[in-house]
Amino acid sequence: MTLDEFVEDFGELFENEEKLFFQPDDKFRDIEGWSSITVLSLIAMLDEKYKTRLTGEEIARSVTIEDIYNLVKLKNPNNIQ
Amino acid sequence: MYNPFSLTGKTILVTGASSGIGRSVAVECSKMGAKLVITGRNKDRLEETFHKLEGGGHQIIIGDLLKNEDMNEISETVPEIDGLVYSAGIFKLIPFRFLNSGNINDVMGINFGSALGLTQKLIKAKKIRKNSSLIYLSSVSGILCSSPGGSIYSASKGALSGLIKGMALDFAPNNIRVNSIAPGMVETSMFSDGILSEDQLRDGVNSYPLKRYGKAEEVAYAAIYLLSDASAWITGTNLIIDGGLTLL
Repeated sequence: MTLDEFVEDFGELFENEEKLFFQPDDKFRDIEGWSSITVLSLIAMLDEKYKTRLTGEEIARSVTIEDIYNLVKLKNPNNIQ
Repeated sequence: MYNPFSLTGKTILVTGASSGIGRSVAVECSKMGAKLVITGRNKDRLEETFHKLEGGGHQIIIGDLLKNEDMNEISETVPEIDGLVYSAGIFKLIPFRFLNSGNINDVMGINFGSALGLTQKLIKAKKIRKNSSLIYLSSVSGILCSSPGGSIYSASKGALSGLIKGMALDFAPNNIRVNSIAPGMVETSMFSDGILSEDQLRDGVNSYPLKRYGKAEEVAYAAIYLLSDASAWITGTNLIIDGGLTLL
């Protein structure tokens, strides 16, 4: 799984009719539609697809999409290139 | 001394006694004179609870309520009881579209399925005496409210809160009472294991008119009431303890 694919998965969390495109350095809290339910969706998506468990606190300490990617990489290096 | 809430002479089985509300229920019931049989998965933490119990004659049974053979072992080993407090359970917040058979079974299994299954095995093994009181730890989540990502947790607790009503009717001929306790958020490790951030936990307090989360002992006191003869005419009820959360 590459950073680009990860960013694409991140976009899937927002249940928009049109597909959303983000950049790795986008600050995810500034994205329209970001809410507490998106945090839960992110936790569930990472668990399901990346077999990685992140806590609410770890997400709270992150700023950009790439920060999350790096956390996943740190916890589960096998899933990410 | 006059005490309508005394549990002297009663043997009480507490599941999920290795931590949180279950541990507190066991300790407080021992202070009211009950003999405790405590079960849980973790030997060390269960022994920690055991050492906090007052009085003598208590018993430990280690077992995982998600394993059928362990449930059989518990129902065969346990002495005849006058009360059950089922407080084994898990809390998970999963957005609806991420529910799958795996996480549905995780939550429904321990919060609902094993509550039903263990009681059934205890009944069949004739371990539940006449005039007993059975208590299940439910939640305001399910019958009264929920939270984002809370659908499956609410479903499991809502199922439990309904289950006790039918059970109360089935067991009434033997004068066995069946009730649930439905708390709001209680300060236990279950709610601080990472799903919610510290900020979310801090902000959440503001939803409570009494401006704090509950304490495990405060749920234990309700269990004492429902186990004691003071509540001899109460059956099939979900006792809400929520600091006023569901008033708003």
